[in-house]
Amino acid sequence: MSALLEVRDVSKSFGAVAAVAGVSLAVTEGRLHSIIGPNGAGKTTLFNCITGEVQPTAGRILYDGRDITGLPPHALPALGIARSFQRTSIFPTLTVAENVWVSAYARRETRGGPVLVPADRVEGVGETVRAALAEVGLAAHAERPAAVLAHGDQRLLDFAIALAARPRLLLLDEPTAGLSRQETQRVIAYIGTLKGRYTIVLIEHKMDVVMTLSDRVSVMYFGRLLAEGTPPEIRGDARVREAYLGKRA
Amino acid sequence: MLFLVVSQIINGVVTGMIYALVGVGLTLILGVLNIPNFAHGVLFAFGAYILLSVLQVVGNFWLALLIAPFGVVLLGLLLELVGVRRLYTAHHDYQLLFLFAVALILQETIILIWGPIGTSVLPPAGLQGAVNLGLTVYPKYRLAVMGITAAIVAGTWLFLTRTNVGAIVRAGIENREMVAVLGIDIQKVFALTFGLGAWLAGVAGGLASPIMGLTPSMGFDILPIAFVIVVVAGLGSVPGAILAGILTGVAQSLTTIVFPEAANVVIYLLMGLMILVRPQGLFGKR
Repeated sequence: MSALLEVRDVSKSFGAVAAVAGVSLAVTEGRLHSIIGPNGAGKTTLFNCITGEVQPTAGRILYDGRDITGLPPHALPALGIARSFQRTSIFPTLTVAENVWVSAYARRETRGGPVLVPADRVEGVGETVRAALAEVGLAAHAERPAAVLAHGDQRLLDFAIALAARPRLLLLDEPTAGLSRQETQRVIAYIGTLKGRYTIVLIEHKMDVVMTLSDRVSVMYFGRLLAEGTPPEIRGDARVREAYLGKRA
Repeated sequence: MLFLVVSQIINGVVTGMIYALVGVGLTLILGVLNIPNFAHGVLFAFGAYILLSVLQVVGNFWLALLIAPFGVVLLGLLLELVGVRRLYTAHHDYQLLFLFAVALILQETIILIWGPIGTSVLPPAGLQGAVNLGLTVYPKYRLAVMGITAAIVAGTWLFLTRTNVGAIVRAGIENREMVAVLGIDIQKVFALTFGLGAWLAGVAGGLASPIMGLTPSMGFDILPIAFVIVVVAGLGSVPGAILAGILTGVAQSLTTIVFPEAANVVIYLLMGLMILVRPQGLFGKR
């Protein structure tokens, strides 16, 4: 029961606005930990602090016991941290397989040797690409340009790109944003299959999405941590209900 | 008349292939680095002038053609390291000003080193003179240039589509931030792309020198043509740049037959038409 990711008293202010104010949480290895909250609660800012997109104003972020506060985003894959993006970020005219290849190549194990080699002969990378595509069920689309995939498939490709980095920790930023109800179901079911195999941090604002999936839920509200607990505890929490219902009313 | 048209078409293709080499480099740099390389023309000029000097030392055109472009690569890498690298996140205005200034300085440097008067380079021994193609008699050297540029273009294409580094360059054209976030050292990719672009411009300059001659202003003469090619091709498209290069060359040389004064205008006409009909360019995606 050790924490793979620990957020310690992290704050982030933009000018006078405190987007995140003193949030702490610990993500246990192998668990799926969701961070939820209404829009504008500071979830994405917290996420960006973890991924290094923005520098926290205060506080520390520890990964596997190591201080990663302020490390740039491109340093994270090498540590075993991969992320998905809220807005699907793929290489549109590259094939589906090439999209995944870039990620697998960046994390290849064999270094040194000739600088220039055929792309399909980099040791181990081809297998990683095939495994990642099979994992998300896109193997049949491997040679198609990524741009022609349906929205939901593109999101799954985003996952395959993350998985090809062979991560220990998977950070998912609103993976169902912008998807239809049907596509949302598919992506959620897919995240369910990842559970237990990776440590996952899931940012979401749709409460119903996370309740069935999560081992643990942290609720953010106006930049602060409102509550943390198991899904049933959160469901029964009056403050959480107020925050969500209050917003809707 | 037929004789004239055929030889002008072949002329256009040869010039067009040289344009294509310059255009491919420019479009790669623009696509991957998002930098409008206003010094690209002067790199082309340096390709020609360095060849001239190397030729005087080694005495063999082919050996000089092999060596000279690497001088241009060094110049390009120096430019990237000292200036362009610091301006990646700056506004386009600053990049433009810097590169334009560099281009002017380098053009003056050509005048300082090689003098203000234009000069020329003889085609290599064995390729001087012409060959009878049936419909027309055509200079051997130009035919050789066609073959060499075709091989270089094919090599560049293989590099981009088949190799590890090429795949990263293509990914960089699509989304450079994403490439960096995936953990690839984008700085290396930028330098490599700039070096490759410089090499292509250098080879083009060297190959062009026996055909077009050498003048200090040759860089600024070819620069607008290279940008026309990038626009007509579609940003970041290599096949587009090749096709657009040849189209531009042929359009130019055919116009020479009927209305020589318009030869330089016709390429902008071509660009204007493209912007109206197909703003994303031949192979562009946006």
